[in-house]
Amino acid sequence: MTRFYFDHNATTPVSPEVFQAMAPLMTTVFGNASSIHQFGQEARGELDRARRSVAAMLGAKAEEIVFTGGGTEADNMAIFGAGGHVITTTIEHPAVLQAAQQLPEVTFVKVDRQGLVDPQAVRAAIRPDTKLISVMHVNNELGVIQPLREIAEIAHDAGVLFHSDGVQAMGKLPVNVGELGVDLYSISAHKIYGPKGMGALYIRKGTELRPLLYGGPHERKMRAGTENVPGAAGFGRAAEWVIAESRAEAARLSVLRDRLEQRILTRVTGAHVNGSAAPRVGNTSNIRFDGIDSEPLLIGLDLKGFAVSSGSACSSGATEPSHVLAAIGLTREQARSSVRFSLGRSNTEAQVDALIDAVVEVVSRLRKLAPAYV
Amino acid sequence: MSEHTIAVAMSGGVDSSVVAGMLNRAGERVIGMTMQLWNQKRLPDIASDNATGRCCSLDDVYDARHVAQLLGIPYYVVNFEDRFEAQVVKPFIDEYLAGRTPIPCTLCNNFIKFDQFLEMAEGIGAREIATGHYARIDWNGDSRRWEMRRSVDRSKDQTYFLCGLKQDQLARTRFPLGAMEKTQVRELARELGIPTAAKPDSQEICFVPNGDYAGFIDSYFKEQGIAPTETQGEIVTADGKVVGEHAGVHHFTVGQRRGLGIAAAEPLYVIATEPASKRVVIGRNDDLLRASMHVREVNWISIAAPSAPLRAEVKIRNKHAAAAATLLPAAADGTRIEVRFDEPQRAVTPGQGAVFYSGDLVLGGGWIE
Repeated sequence: MTRFYFDHNATTPVSPEVFQAMAPLMTTVFGNASSIHQFGQEARGELDRARRSVAAMLGAKAEEIVFTGGGTEADNMAIFGAGGHVITTTIEHPAVLQAAQQLPEVTFVKVDRQGLVDPQAVRAAIRPDTKLISVMHVNNELGVIQPLREIAEIAHDAGVLFHSDGVQAMGKLPVNVGELGVDLYSISAHKIYGPKGMGALYIRKGTELRPLLYGGPHERKMRAGTENVPGAAGFGRAAEWVIAESRAEAARLSVLRDRLEQRILTRVTGAHVNGSAAPRVGNTSNIRFDGIDSEPLLIGLDLKGFAVSSGSACSSGATEPSHVLAAIGLTREQARSSVRFSLGRSNTEAQVDALIDAVVEVVSRLRKLAPAYV
Repeated sequence: MSEHTIAVAMSGGVDSSVVAGMLNRAGERVIGMTMQLWNQKRLPDIASDNATGRCCSLDDVYDARHVAQLLGIPYYVVNFEDRFEAQVVKPFIDEYLAGRTPIPCTLCNNFIKFDQFLEMAEGIGAREIATGHYARIDWNGDSRRWEMRRSVDRSKDQTYFLCGLKQDQLARTRFPLGAMEKTQVRELARELGIPTAAKPDSQEICFVPNGDYAGFIDSYFKEQGIAPTETQGEIVTADGKVVGEHAGVHHFTVGQRRGLGIAAAEPLYVIATEPASKRVVIGRNDDLLRASMHVREVNWISIAAPSAPLRAEVKIRNKHAAAAATLLPAAADGTRIEVRFDEPQRAVTPGQGAVFYSGDLVLGGGWIE
């Protein structure tokens, strides 16, 4: 059976060019980037080059990039590194949400029914002891883009650091940390056809942040541990793709996503796009099917060869429906009847059309079995 | 997937693993599914890492997934926790509080495994399900009915818990282990390379750790904010004499001897629990004998509902040796039956199932009134 992948917000395959960039760094160029000898210098050269590429992707300086073991670690660094009271939102990725829940002083700002954060609500939550505001750039489940610039202004007026989880923004919309006004920005390699276990935190020059890990003096003493040179090199190559090609790719996917949504809404009664009235990235579609449980829909589609997701990947098999869908005011049943489609490089118009047919077929089969699913 | 896809309910144990392995080896299109029914960490008072008889632990999911990976079949965990609580756990507690002794396994079979799971299977494109239950299903072309028989391995027979299955459910269900001895199943597990071949059989009620159902009910009350004192009451004799106090009617079941805390010349047993007055009635062993009983909500399996008296063997507990009796229809449609035993039976317990057999054939069954 041919399988089609429509879950690119969960992860993406390593692209051939990224794989090629990484391969020699696990075999021939294997040195420790901190070593003085030639082996080490070769590795250091690759690491530095990767850091410049990742920085360029963000419009940052190379010395403002700290490599981490993934987006979750970058988020944790930001949340735990500032100290004091932290303001964040109810729709953050668990990497921010669950980290923030560990803090003694934290305020969670609610979002509207489209999943948008109101900058004025953020302003209202600021206290004298507030040290950090953290608002995600693009929501992983809905694709909704948050008004970062306005929030950044509010943060800076109050003398508060501003962090954004940008993991889902990379490659989907142009990102320039200077224009966004963020002090801290988390990114991850495996969402942009790079390797898993590789991320970075942008730390604006002059920003004071406590490290999460202690040990050697790696990453300017901000992240101890022997540098993951193959991972960094893969990340760097992935960043080069983002710089060169992601704008055109995002435009292509946006056309496919709109086709998917329009045709599903036309052919399936009782289908609704969650967050449709907010600005969204062009690859993500979160669709609610009245009276349908997403679990059999997802499995039914998988058995037909179409990989989609209900909420975030981490929620699968869990009891509680997505916290994001709950935060935008969906009932438990509505949240449980929502499915996320996220498009990427492998998807074609023919695949999208086949997906639409499969969705129509499985939904109508499940509706015949109602009312148990209502 | 083809119409002949079979969804196997995989618990992570030996039996259901062997079912998946057998069907896969026979060339069927098999998908494995584990039902997440209850969150074992939900009631912290009774959660324990070394508790026995637990279902739905991460270890079980790991085991089931491991088997599915070895077999190379698709595998999914499906979450039925809401339905399980509503259709199995709550009725289980309500029955105890109503002075009856429930069997959650039968409710689970009726409302979860052969209802929601069957529907889930159909929803994802599988026309049939298979489970590791020990029972046999056969089509009888003469009567045009699906018949159920006790398993070949009589010590493993689970037909007592399957008496609620309807014809349309039986038509889409396979019990491949019904014709096998447990020793054969374990041998086959080894032969198929199933890593859980030596895993012990599950025991007791799956969502109640260590079989302590009273402790489970107390913890559930605590979570729901129900005060435990609400079920406390007196222990009385059949003639109404108060002889002691008890901590809650749900701690007692008919026929129980232990835990009464009353000294007497001869052994005393629970004869009845009276939820309205919160009283537990005790008496002698002979007081437990009953010559007849009524059975409600009878489901007829291998035969159509009878309109005339019928001879059968009747099982009133899972471990009960079926007793000869005459079945007398007490409702025109056969859904209520009066059972007259040839010999009086000890501890006929309201809330338990009564299952009617003719030899190996499962005629039907219902709930003891």
